[in-house]
This record gives sequence, C-alpha cells and structure tokens, in this order.
Amino acid sequence: MSEQTDLPELGIVSLFRFAWRQLTSMRTALMLLLLLAVASVPGSLIPQRTQSPMAVQDYFTKDPGLAKLMDRFFLFDVYGSPWFSAVYILLFISLIGCVLPRSFEHLRAARAFPPKTPQNLERMEFFQSWEGTGTEMACAKQWLEERRFRIREADGSISAEKGYLRETGNLFFHLALILILVGVSLGALFGMRGEAIVNVGERFTNTPTTYDSLSYGKLFGDRSLSPFMLTVDGFVAKYNPVTNAPEDYTLKATVTAKPGAPKVRRTIKVNSPLTMGSTNVYLQANGYSPIVTVRDKSGVIVLQGPIPFLPQDANLTSIGAIKVPDSEPQLGFVASFLPTAARDKIRGGFSSFPEALDPKLLLSAWKGDLGLDRGIPQSVYRIDTSKMEKIGLKSLNLGETFTFAEGSITFDGIAPWVNLQVVRDPGKLYALLGGILAILGLLGSLFTRHRRIWIRQRDRLIEVAGLAKNGAPGLENEINILLAALKKDGK
Amino acid sequence: MTNSSWAYLSNYFVYSSMAVFTLAFFAHAFETAWAVRAPQGDGTESVAGLIPENLLVKTLDYKRTEKVGRVASAFMILGFLLLLAGVVARGVSAGRVPWGNMYEFSITGALAFSGAYLFTLRKYDLRWMGLLVSTFVLLTLGTAVAILYRPSAPLVPALKSTWLVIHVSAAIISGGVFLLANTIAATYLYLDAMEQKGERKNWAKRLPSLEVLDQLSYRLIAFVFPLWTFAVIAGAIWAENAWGRYWGWDPKETWAFITWVAYAAYLHARVTVGWRGRKAAWLCLFAGSTFLFNYVYINIWGTGKHTYSGL
Repeated sequence: MSEQTDLPELGIVSLFRFAWRQLTSMRTALMLLLLLAVASVPGSLIPQRTQSPMAVQDYFTKDPGLAKLMDRFFLFDVYGSPWFSAVYILLFISLIGCVLPRSFEHLRAARAFPPKTPQNLERMEFFQSWEGTGTEMACAKQWLEERRFRIREADGSISAEKGYLRETGNLFFHLALILILVGVSLGALFGMRGEAIVNVGERFTNTPTTYDSLSYGKLFGDRSLSPFMLTVDGFVAKYNPVTNAPEDYTLKATVTAKPGAPKVRRTIKVNSPLTMGSTNVYLQANGYSPIVTVRDKSGVIVLQGPIPFLPQDANLTSIGAIKVPDSEPQLGFVASFLPTAARDKIRGGFSSFPEALDPKLLLSAWKGDLGLDRGIPQSVYRIDTSKMEKIGLKSLNLGETFTFAEGSITFDGIAPWVNLQVVRDPGKLYALLGGILAILGLLGSLFTRHRRIWIRQRDRLIEVAGLAKNGAPGLENEINILLAALKKDGK
Repeated sequence: MTNSSWAYLSNYFVYSSMAVFTLAFFAHAFETAWAVRAPQGDGTESVAGLIPENLLVKTLDYKRTEKVGRVASAFMILGFLLLLAGVVARGVSAGRVPWGNMYEFSITGALAFSGAYLFTLRKYDLRWMGLLVSTFVLLTLGTAVAILYRPSAPLVPALKSTWLVIHVSAAIISGGVFLLANTIAATYLYLDAMEQKGERKNWAKRLPSLEVLDQLSYRLIAFVFPLWTFAVIAGAIWAENAWGRYWGWDPKETWAFITWVAYAAYLHARVTVGWRGRKAAWLCLFAGSTFLFNYVYINIWGTGKHTYSGL
C-alpha cells in the first residue's frame, strides 16, 4: 500500500497520472492476479450457461427467487460477466503499463555497456584480492569474452555483465500473454460454433437452418460459413462387453468442400476432427433414432422416418417424442428407447448395454392438441400432454405394430445419429503462438542467471568481486573458476 | 503373459511398494525420534544458548541414527522402483499409458512425488523430509488401493490421443514437485513457529535453517512452473482436438488456471515485491492447495468434461 498522503492538487491530469501509477504498480498487479484466481472460483462450482444450461434451468425451477438474484450478479455467466471482465481487463492494462516501458528500457540497456565498476569492490559479494603478475587483466578479458560476457573497460578495471536473457524472456512471456488475449478475442469476434444431430444416411449442409443450435461471434455473418456438405455414410460404436464403457467411435463421411468440388471420403473420430481451412467438424455425441411409420385410421402414412432420441445414461436408455401434427386428431407418442432391454423392480424398463442387441420401443400414445400452433417453443424430445387424452401403453419389438382406434404405429428399424459440432476459430493459431512464446520466455527468464563480475588492478593488487541479481546461485562457483584461470595464468 | 496377469502383477508390485514405503516410514521415524536423545553428560544442553546453532548441531551425536537414515533412503529408493514397476505393469496390462482413471492417476502421482523427493535428495540434504514423503505416499497409495481401485481396462475414446501422454505426464510431474514445495513450506511454517517460541527442539535441530527451506521451496516452484504452463497449454491443444475449443472454463480447466495464476502470483511476490519467509510460505501453501483441490474435489464431486469412467 502506498504511503502517499499529501496528494498533489487533483487536476484531471494528475488524478489520471496517480491512478495510472497505482494501477501499474507491482503490488496492484499482484492483488489483481490473486483477485483473478478468486474470481474464477464461483464459475467452477455453480453451473454455467455455456456448459450446462440444463443444470442452470434446474436452479430456476427449484428456487426462482434465489436463481434470479444469482443471475443479477451473473453467477451463471461468470466468465462473460462485467465483474470478471473488469478484473482481467485491469490486469492486462496493468500488465501493458508495466511491460511496455520496461521493454523500451531493456532495449536501451541491451545496447548500452554494463555499469561502471563500483569504487569499493570489497563491499560486494565474493570479493577477493591478491598480488598479481600483471597479465591478469588481459587474461580476465579473454576469459569473459569467451563466455560471452558484455564488457566495459575503464580506468584499469573491467565491468562485465551477463544474463540479459532473463529480462528478455520475462518481457517475451508477458507480451506473449497479450498475444494469447488477442487470439482469444479474435476467436470470440470472428468465430462461430454450431451443433447438429445427423442420422446415419442423411446429409448435412453448412447453412444456418440445418443447425440445432448456432452461435456467431459479434463480427461474423452467415455468409462467412464455409459452404461444405457432408453425408454420414456410417457410424460404428464399440463398447467393452464387461464394463460397457465405450472403446471406439468411428464416423465415415463423404465430404464436398464446396459446390462442384470432388467428393472425398473421410473418417472422423473423437480425437481427430475433420478440418477444412479454419473450420473443424467434431464428433461429439451419439444416440439412436428409432425409425417409425405412423398411419391414420384409413391406413394413410402420416409420418415416416427416423426420430432422434435423447440418451439418458451410459447405456443409452433414451427418451424421445414422436409428434404427428398432420393426423386428425393430432397424435403424440411419449417414448423410451432401450437398445438392449432389461427390467427391474426399481427402475422399470432400462437399457443394460449401449449397443442395439435387443431393442425395444416403449410408447405411451396420446391424442388431442399437441400445442404446436401456439408459437411457444417446444422441446423436440418432450410432449405437453396437458390438452391431450391418453390412448394406451405399448412395448414394441423391432418390426411390431401397435394398432389403436385412431391409427397405428410400426417400429421399423433403428438409425444411429451423431452430434456434429462445427467450429470456426480464426484466433486459435495466435493463441497457440502466444502459448509457445510464453513458455520459451518463461524458460529464458527462470533459468537464466543475471550477474556481474568486476576486476580491477590497483598497482599490482588484483581485485575481483561479483553481484548475482535476484540471489541466483552459482556465481561463487563461476568466480572461483575465473580465479583459478587467472592464478594459473599468472604462474 | 495375458493382460489380466499383468494387472495382477501390477497390484503385487503396488502392494510390495507399500510394504517397503512402510519400512521407510518406520526407519525415518526412528531416525527422527532417536535424534531427540542427545548425547548425555557432554554439556551440550547447558550451553545451547551460548554457541551458534550450527555449531551446536555438530556437537550432537548423530552417528547411530546416520545408519538408520541411510537404510531409510534405501527403502525409499526400493519403494520407488517397485511402484515404478507397478505403474509400468498397469500400463502394459491395459495396453496404454496408465493414466485412464483416478486409481491410475493416484499411483502415478505417488510415483511422481517420491521421484521428485529422490531427485531433489541427490542435490540437497532433504533426508529429514523422508518421514513426510513416505507418509503422504502411503496415504495416497492406501486411498488408491482401498477406494479408487478399478479393474484395468482400455481407454474411453476421448482419452485415446498422444496428448494424453504429453498433457498428463507434465501435469503429474508438476503436481509431484508442487506438493514437495508445499511440504517444505509447511515445514518452514512449523519450524518458524517453533523458533518464535524459543529455540528448536532437539529432533528439529538437524533440519535445515529457515532460509534454506525458504529458498528451496522457491527454487522448486520456479523450476516446475514452466512445466505446469506447458501442461495447461498441452491440455488446451488437446481440448481443441477433442472437444472443439481450446478453453471452455470446464471446472478442471478453471482450477488449473487458478493454480497457474496462484503460482504466478507467488513468483511475482518473491521476485518483484520481495516477499520472503512466512508470507511466501503461506502463499505457496495456498497455491499448492488449489492443485490438490483440483485433483481431489473436481475429480470426485465435480462436473464437467474431465470426469471419465466412474472415477
């Protein structure tokens, strides 16, 4: 804390200068660093909208008052909140204010000679003196030059300095942090990220309407989407028969980079995305789409095709909703899909293995108003049955049909679906470059010893001393080696 | 040999290393306790306040405990080698690096911690720390074997990447060194409190001076901070590869970042602001505890993308 009590007259300029000096002081930077650590904590303990929107929704259902209060303090969006931004923006301003002047100073120092030899060497560290033979100065100069010390000769003394890399590395490290921030900002401004569920056999076109969810950077428009097309030819998931844990996911796709370009067959795995320029396509999740045919009472097909269901557990017990708005009356099926069906008393029907070994479709059929015309967005996996009437329950094996008064539903087959994540991040290479430079800077800064060595001849008396900056060890050893070289040479 | 016999072999190695670490623990405890019995009747006690401490230490008779201390170090090395064999056999049984679940992280973490201790022991007189190190290693291994054990199994697809080797090895080694620095900082605070009350107790006289401890914990952190930075960046590169973003404020990432910021603050406090001793030791403990919290709390109770295969 500053002891400054008598402030200069508080003109705008001096106030600003005072604030600037406070902000760029090392103590403030240190407090801001610790504050940044503390400010990051709540976001790791409270669910965040960007990662688990469902868990945030739970907060709002359980205790709306508290959730609203928390939301006012951005506790569900900590890392985009004004207070979190304030901390790191201040920290970066402080960093720039500290590093830029130091960089200029260092540039000047790097071109200058080492400081003059102090008058009283005997007060410095590792001081030694002895009667020389007269060759010591030349020998010392050669020794220091061989070791690439920077040398200043004046008044019969040598002042040598080495280890500028320490400060160079230090500055590089901090400048690299700024580069990382630039990379992150570029990604946030010009990037895009979207997700889409695609059934095996279907085609995905990179246009805004094909996405289930899509978010843009502030300066990214629809037209910047790269115009690729991708057909999912096949998807294979392998599971361990003992532990049920997944062992491999492989997606085969046919890709057209832009209209008219040749078709290419590609494989996408969890750790190897498909790359097209700065756009990557990732395999993120998978599940099953039961293929069903719904007929009305006259036998006309009113719905046919795969319906993506949402997995609920590791064995892919899935829930879903089959909505038939075009029949009269409207039909809805609240459904569960079990890839390998099993039953127990507590859970009822569940899946005991994630592969479709014994698939079953459990249906609860409803008729009435699906509520799709009211303009309120609905989950595709759920049905609002408040204005509907129950028809009945049925469990279907593959190929079976459930017939009721208003029509019928047939469980024709299963198509796996994959969740594709499409990401464009033009800033990531800058961030990576920043990361690499930061590590190199750190290594240079933390493993370089900055030290000075002085040698002076007074008549026949030779004096040697040194100074290790930041108390780095090893200088004594180095000076001893120099002394041994000088004394050997003198004999 | 089949995969399951490699897994059994690994378990035997881990169990035997625990037995040997227990022996090391007793030998270290014996060494420490015996040092309390200062040679009687030679007057060292009565002049304790009159002569400098470093001279006093030399007048105490450590000849008898010296041998036990060496045996203890030998046990530590043997325990380390057995644990190394256990970790390697675990890897062979699963056909991959043994870093797929928390049991495997724990045995590798114990290996890294004891390894960091033995590595530092080559250069510095750290044998006094053996008691603490063997205690922590035994606690970690005990928890791993009793609570965290999972049968050896292949990796889930998200972990199948070369980055697993790079990212996790860097993180585990950094963790081992961080904990070592933490142990030293804690010892510093304990001895500091002891010295505030008067002079050190006999058994503690053998331990290094406060200044040496202070320097040592700083040097360990300065040495390993770039490696931790690398671990975080390697993790970011891997995350970009697997999850489509290099940074997403996943709880594990957030806490890795907190640890990084805390150690950065520690280095700045020391180098630029000039913190030494007690303040620096507390900051070191704070930074180290963020790492432990990340490992224990986030792995077990946390949510996010870093939770795999049960544990």
